[in-house]
Amino acid sequence: MIGILAYGAYVPKWRMSRGLLRGGLKGEKAIAGPDEDSVTMAVAAALDCLNGVDRGSIDGLFFASTTAPYKEKQIATIIAATADLRRDILTVDFTNSLRAGTTAVKVAADVVKAGSAKKVIVVAADTRLGSPESDAEVDFGDGAAAVLVGDDGVSVELEASYSISNELIDVWRTEEDKFVRIWEERFAQTQGYLKVVPEAVRGVLEKSGRSPGDFSKLVVYAPNPRRGSELCRKIGFDPNNQLQDSLYGLVGNTGTAYPLMLLVEALEGAQAGDRLLLASYGNGSDASALLVTEGIEKIKRNRRGIGAHIGSKRLIPDYNTYLKWRKLMPRGMVIDKLYFWTYPSAPPILRERNRIYPLHGTKCKICGTVQYPPQRVCAKCHTKDDFEEIRLSDKKVTLYSFSREPATGQLIGLVNFDGGGRMWCNIGDTNYEELKIGMPMEMSFREVFYDLGIHDYFWKAVPVRV
Amino acid sequence: MPGVKDKVAIIGMGCTKFDEHWDKSVKDLIVDACWEAFEDAGVDAKDIQAAWWSTMWSGELGRTLAYPAKLGFIPITRIENRCASGMDAIRNASYAVAAGAYDLVLVCGAEKLKDIGMPSPGGDPSEPYTSRVDPLSFPVACFAQLAQRYFYHWGIPLDKGKETLARIAVKNHHNGSLNPKAQFQREITLEQAMNAPIISYPLGLFDACGVTDGAAAAILCRADLAKNFRDDYILLKGEGMACGHYQPQTEDDWEPYYIEENVQGSRMAYQEAGIKDPRRELDLAIVHDCFTITELSIYEDLGFSPRGKGPEDVEAGTFTLEGELPVNTDGGLKCFGHPIGASGIRMAYEVYKQLQGKAGSRQVKVKSGLGLAHTFGGTPIEGGTGAFSILGTRD
Repeated sequence: MIGILAYGAYVPKWRMSRGLLRGGLKGEKAIAGPDEDSVTMAVAAALDCLNGVDRGSIDGLFFASTTAPYKEKQIATIIAATADLRRDILTVDFTNSLRAGTTAVKVAADVVKAGSAKKVIVVAADTRLGSPESDAEVDFGDGAAAVLVGDDGVSVELEASYSISNELIDVWRTEEDKFVRIWEERFAQTQGYLKVVPEAVRGVLEKSGRSPGDFSKLVVYAPNPRRGSELCRKIGFDPNNQLQDSLYGLVGNTGTAYPLMLLVEALEGAQAGDRLLLASYGNGSDASALLVTEGIEKIKRNRRGIGAHIGSKRLIPDYNTYLKWRKLMPRGMVIDKLYFWTYPSAPPILRERNRIYPLHGTKCKICGTVQYPPQRVCAKCHTKDDFEEIRLSDKKVTLYSFSREPATGQLIGLVNFDGGGRMWCNIGDTNYEELKIGMPMEMSFREVFYDLGIHDYFWKAVPVRV
Repeated sequence: MPGVKDKVAIIGMGCTKFDEHWDKSVKDLIVDACWEAFEDAGVDAKDIQAAWWSTMWSGELGRTLAYPAKLGFIPITRIENRCASGMDAIRNASYAVAAGAYDLVLVCGAEKLKDIGMPSPGGDPSEPYTSRVDPLSFPVACFAQLAQRYFYHWGIPLDKGKETLARIAVKNHHNGSLNPKAQFQREITLEQAMNAPIISYPLGLFDACGVTDGAAAAILCRADLAKNFRDDYILLKGEGMACGHYQPQTEDDWEPYYIEENVQGSRMAYQEAGIKDPRRELDLAIVHDCFTITELSIYEDLGFSPRGKGPEDVEAGTFTLEGELPVNTDGGLKCFGHPIGASGIRMAYEVYKQLQGKAGSRQVKVKSGLGLAHTFGGTPIEGGTGAFSILGTRD
């Protein structure tokens, strides 16, 4: 039996009231913080999914997104390194389509079926930009989801899947475009979404021998809730009882991550025996019939998923903040580059990869002192080269001291890891007034700097999300 | 351990006004400081046998000093030890003289910070390419955490703590108002200091020193030759320096509410100078008040006040011009600003002038004839360098 072993998700803490975009609009959308992107959100969702899972047991990591920060350079490797996965695994980026997430799940299932991997984690994340004042800007939100696919200990069985490939210019973005282009809405929906998704859904129903009434939920990508309801009716599902909540009023349309985030949301409310129909859209559609098994109760524990992340939020004060964070506002002097005459360099990043990505510190084998960054000579007992590396990224931390950097506005502080070790790091997702010596925090992977075309990712301390 | 005590004399010193010198280059500042020192000592540039040049941002090689001063084909060593650079240059030069390698040497430090186009420089110019993942550690954000941990450790309410720091700022501004070479020569009130805009909480505008241009120079010679130049030469009595090793980060039980480098470095200098009770034995101390909290920590780290008693001594006026142990009689970094490579030499300059009785309206009473100069490079969170020179009058 092949299916989903575990799930995870990430919704940024930051939300924008849609009223900031257009007077009278209700609801919010989730927006990535200034130090977040599809990579950092994918890491957070992957780690949520892998909570309680032996990292060494993962044989593959598939990343799906239309907003990878590199055009040429794999993203899956960044996530795999950060999650402290083995090196002899299959890493793939699935991209250029909003159904890349569900496609990656299908490929993962086939890889497991073929026997070349036992467990593959699929992570989807997107931070798509609608042009200022467009409908797309109102609709789009940022987020990530992850599912672990395997054949042992399945919580959600993948009963059948069916895909349609459809060439159409309806929603697209060229290499030069910052913002997503959408052809006339009626054309895009009637000739694309409302035509192609039903085709895939019919296909999977036929293949699985099921009918709409067999499913407790239809979990389907929708460009907006109105079109989602329209689609639901069109394929014979009841929009009032069967359509999975779209998260539109809380998160927005999260692109590639959207169908998988909706799936996580559905699984959080699912019982053993429930059937879900999952369908995506983007130059075609992937549809799957899923059966929830007894194992679901076990994976519901210790996961933040959608529910816990939704509840932990902060509203940005104004539209300018959003423009600044998305680098849509012209800046004069980039003070943090001019101030500090240091630049990211590839060789040190290579040498320090273990302390950067999975946040390894060293533990002295003689005196047991945990030290970060890793040392060759123990700061306590002066023993040379006798350490074991230990992962600090998943340790709880306590805030020891903190201040606000006046030039850049960044928060900076010392944190103590549970079990030993201390780190001088930036602090994210909060402001000075909310910090207090001794408060519990956690580590979160963020983009800390960008220069010379290098996205510099590293760990920050953030207030505990739940 | 043989040191420099009574083996090396300072026979001349120079110091420019510390200011925003929009109309002067680092070369101009070097010439101004060196020629004041040459004239004070009664020597000529061509008499200099070797030189030590200290700067962080204003020129690498020895030729940066040789070029404007026209020092011909002598050894010149460039010293960089962040904010402790100037003091380290004095230390290195004094060891060369004490070793008998040279009779007469020049120490010069200068920094031209106002050409940077920024309120202040940051980062590490000697290591521009790194993984660039660690936080930007701009000094004020680190010293703010020293203040935070100091208040936390001693259970001092924020208002009370800020008041102590403000008193230090008021004292130094008073001293600076008496000093024509200071950048800021204006008194401030306690209210002004306490209500100033916050730079990095809890430190406000008047808790921080300025960013300034300046240069200072010293002529050192063998003590037995000093009387050939002047009667009131000043002797080096002790040198001390201690470098930290990121201990507040690598040791998770380290409590950075004080600065260990300053404890260790000062003890070395005291031992060499034969000082047992610095509070009683020193006539004055010019210390590294890059921020008011640093000066508060220094009172305790250098043994002027018992641990935790610094605030009481501040309140009692212990460190004012009229107090038991005047500290930063020239106005300190608070009023001079901090041209990094020059500061340590500027501090020695004030001790030199005070011990000669030439400090004008801010002159302290010279009793023991011993004064201390101190700089601290680095930060209390990352570790740094505490550097000390103890100067004394001739017997």
